[in-house]
Amino acid sequence: MNKTDVNKGSDDYSVRSVVMEMKNITLRFGGVVAIKEISFDILEGEIRAIIGPNGAGKSSMLNVISGFYSPQEGEIWFRGEKRPWLKPYQVARQGIARTFQNIALFEGMSVLDNVMTGRLTHMNSNIFSQALWKGQSEREEVENRDHAERVIDFLEIQHIRKTPVSRLPYGLKKRVELARALVSEPSLLLLDEPMAGMNVEEKEDMSRFILDVNDEFGTTIALIEHDMGVVMDLSDRVVVMDYGRKIGDGAPDEVRNNQDVIDAYLGVSHD
Amino acid sequence: MLYREAGDFKTSYIEDNQTFPIAFDRYRYYAILAISFLILPFLVNDYFVNAILAPFLIYSIAAIGLNILTGYCGQVSLGTGGFMAVGAYSCYKLMTAFPDVSIVIHIIIAGGITAVIGAVFGLPSLRIKGFYLAVATLAAQFFLVWLFNRVSWFYNYSASGQINAPERTVFTIPVTGPNVEPWAMYMICLIFAFVSAVIARNLTRGALGRTWMAIRDMDIAAEIIGVNPLKAKLSAFAISSFFVGISGALFFAVYLGAAEAGDSFGIQKSFIVLFMIIIGGLGSIFGSFAGAALLVVLPVILKLIGADFLGWPTGLVAHIQLVIVGLLIILFLVLEPHGLAQLWRIAKEKLRLWPFPH
Amino acid sequence: MPDQVLFATEVVLNGLMAGVMYSLVALGFVLIFKASGIFNFAQGVMALFAAMTLVGIQNGQVPFSHLFNAIFGTKIHYFGWEVHSVIAILLTVIVMIFMAWAVQRYIFQYLIGQEPIILFMATIGLAYFLEGVADLMWGAEIKTLNVCLNSDTCLPQGINTVIDSVTFGWFGYGFFVDNLDISATIVAIFLVAVLVIFSQYTKQGRAMRAVADDHQAALSVGISLNYIWILVWSVAGFVALVAGIMWGAKSGVQFSLSLIALKALPVLMLGGFTSIPGAIVGGLIIGVGEKLFEFLIGPMIGGATENWFAYMLALLFLVFRPQGLFGEKIIERV
Repeated sequence: MNKTDVNKGSDDYSVRSVVMEMKNITLRFGGVVAIKEISFDILEGEIRAIIGPNGAGKSSMLNVISGFYSPQEGEIWFRGEKRPWLKPYQVARQGIARTFQNIALFEGMSVLDNVMTGRLTHMNSNIFSQALWKGQSEREEVENRDHAERVIDFLEIQHIRKTPVSRLPYGLKKRVELARALVSEPSLLLLDEPMAGMNVEEKEDMSRFILDVNDEFGTTIALIEHDMGVVMDLSDRVVVMDYGRKIGDGAPDEVRNNQDVIDAYLGVSHD
Repeated sequence: MLYREAGDFKTSYIEDNQTFPIAFDRYRYYAILAISFLILPFLVNDYFVNAILAPFLIYSIAAIGLNILTGYCGQVSLGTGGFMAVGAYSCYKLMTAFPDVSIVIHIIIAGGITAVIGAVFGLPSLRIKGFYLAVATLAAQFFLVWLFNRVSWFYNYSASGQINAPERTVFTIPVTGPNVEPWAMYMICLIFAFVSAVIARNLTRGALGRTWMAIRDMDIAAEIIGVNPLKAKLSAFAISSFFVGISGALFFAVYLGAAEAGDSFGIQKSFIVLFMIIIGGLGSIFGSFAGAALLVVLPVILKLIGADFLGWPTGLVAHIQLVIVGLLIILFLVLEPHGLAQLWRIAKEKLRLWPFPH
Repeated sequence: MPDQVLFATEVVLNGLMAGVMYSLVALGFVLIFKASGIFNFAQGVMALFAAMTLVGIQNGQVPFSHLFNAIFGTKIHYFGWEVHSVIAILLTVIVMIFMAWAVQRYIFQYLIGQEPIILFMATIGLAYFLEGVADLMWGAEIKTLNVCLNSDTCLPQGINTVIDSVTFGWFGYGFFVDNLDISATIVAIFLVAVLVIFSQYTKQGRAMRAVADDHQAALSVGISLNYIWILVWSVAGFVALVAGIMWGAKSGVQFSLSLIALKALPVLMLGGFTSIPGAIVGGLIIGVGEKLFEFLIGPMIGGATENWFAYMLALLFLVFRPQGLFGEKIIERV
């Protein structure tokens, strides 16, 4: 896996290049406005968090980025180009991988096969080569297995590689899902509540893995999380959403002291 | 103590990827191949081939095809009979239009034609899911059978409305028509079944197979990690139909010799093949063979016991067969939804650890 | 009116009647699907089973006599009595309730929580099993079915002379409408009314609707799922009996009855699996559609288009509107 942390290490965010920029995104379902005129950017190599109370539109935002929902208004710029309307699988081919809030693993397959599905965007052999298991398809199978095994090592799930996913406990499933996203060598990794439903120990493990991924591979990460403590420790910059609007944006410390954010989380007296 | 993987270390991913990673399995597989190809052809007689071996092998191919679609890609189809008819009628048209071309090539092209038709009827799968799709495939079943019954071009305007396979040879040995030797019928079916199984196994353990299974297990997640659902589903429909078409062509040209769409490829065919993969095991190539074997042998045994030995009327035996098949389906779905293949797998797991299960 | 229009009107009228018959079968599907999420492929065979049982009881046939005779070499076929239609219907209802209990107790109790498609395939197995049992019990030969109150008042059959003469008076062309179809329509209206009253105004009906909405929630307020599901299967069995009587009286009690019942599937695809009005409107659309298509286009392409038209129509319709006629637009979530 190639290290691409050229821009990483500089604390000056103006030096880093922009991976993705959301401009005035508005998303409606019928009459319900899920996201209202939100703009923010994601910089190369950073961990960007999106936080907010339940129903704030965080998951919808992630679904817009991965092409699952198409917003009615606004533009998405990816690597300096305006992104046309893409289907989810085309977004994935651009190098954007993600995990899901409610684990979305392929339950009928082994851990290894699940991780290998993350390499599908890198496998192009034709059907005849696959039917005979000769030539390009066999080569690809071995090369991509190599990638898969490295991620499996990295996330410490070697011992369960041939286990059917359906037999795994929750925490491990989350890790397998991360492996599947990571193995595609994404330039942008989206994590939808990676620590939801975990105990303290599992959360610590997961935080470590997220930081390691960011450090070692230089992967840009955008994550949604409820646990404020985790978010503040992990992320470089934070977007705060409430009722589909953006109410704060900046470094964790700035956001923590923002009055709107405090109101949204602690409530505000209406008099 | 023979059945072990301990000590049998794999040193490359190629070795780890092989179909039978355990040495004992591998040797048994070679032994079965040797018996089927080298010994059985000299032993078989007319009854054995016609009652059991030929239908078993031909249904196995159809079951492999349906298993790719239903077991691996998760799209239930009740149109198998219709697609078998496409294979049969394509083969017939090709045989009569180009008598000089080898029958083997005709059968393969018939599979290709069925693949195209299958992909066309697979198009709705992009919008319709689950049993809505299952019902939609009934459209293929009823429409195709109607087409072959009503448009006389398909049966070359013959008065009976039937199609009859003319004699064709492979290496001067007749494999279709009235003069087929039992061993020749067996061999051509065996070769097609063997090649189909190997191809299906290769496809399902590689990139395409993972694409299908991803769609089966969670289509939305599959799309978000980069699977093009259009390509995944249509390829499953096409490749599945390819095998089903080949089995239909063999069923007509080699096994039956004469066929009529409604009688030979009615909706009952669709059900039987579906039952084969349920009983054998969804998502297993071995299961396709196991299910086909069980459902081909069962009526033969029932007939032997009921009609020939006990002397009961054949109608009664047929009704008992319905009850048993229905019960088997329910029993397997209740006790072991993954079918015979899973029972086999469990037995092997046990054997691997035997005699020290803890 | 020109002849073509008259013929077409007659075709539409007959299509509507045929549609009612499809709706009768479709109703049974909807009931079970709503309450348990099971897509009951066996509904058609249930209708066949019910009709065969009814005829068997009416004629005083000995159940399983063929099997019995084959095993013991005896020649028993009939008890030698005939049972009054009303009593026979009551007895058949009891048999259908027993069947409902057995289906729940021995099949679906073990399949709770399985994927819908597994349940669907189990009902295909059930269809085979029931068909085999019906044949074993009563024999597979074609039977004629008629339901009579006494020797004079039976279900009316044949052309309705009133409609024939009235339309002849109006247009100079008498419409052919089968009496049986008219009775079927009346029975269907009555049946739907009873079902609506049952589900809206009785305790069991409310419990059924609660279960259909949310299994867990229904359990938590003290509804026995097992009881409700047996009840639902019994009601579906009763609907199957009604459909079986109508279909059986029309075209004889035979295996093809369960194939005609397959036509209820495209009806459901049009109308949606959970909507009773959908089942009725869908049935009427399919009935009229296939009769009109056969009348207008059929002769040009070789006829017998009724074999596939309903399925093709449903398929094309769903491609453009996957949620069916009455369904709500589906918003997918991850």
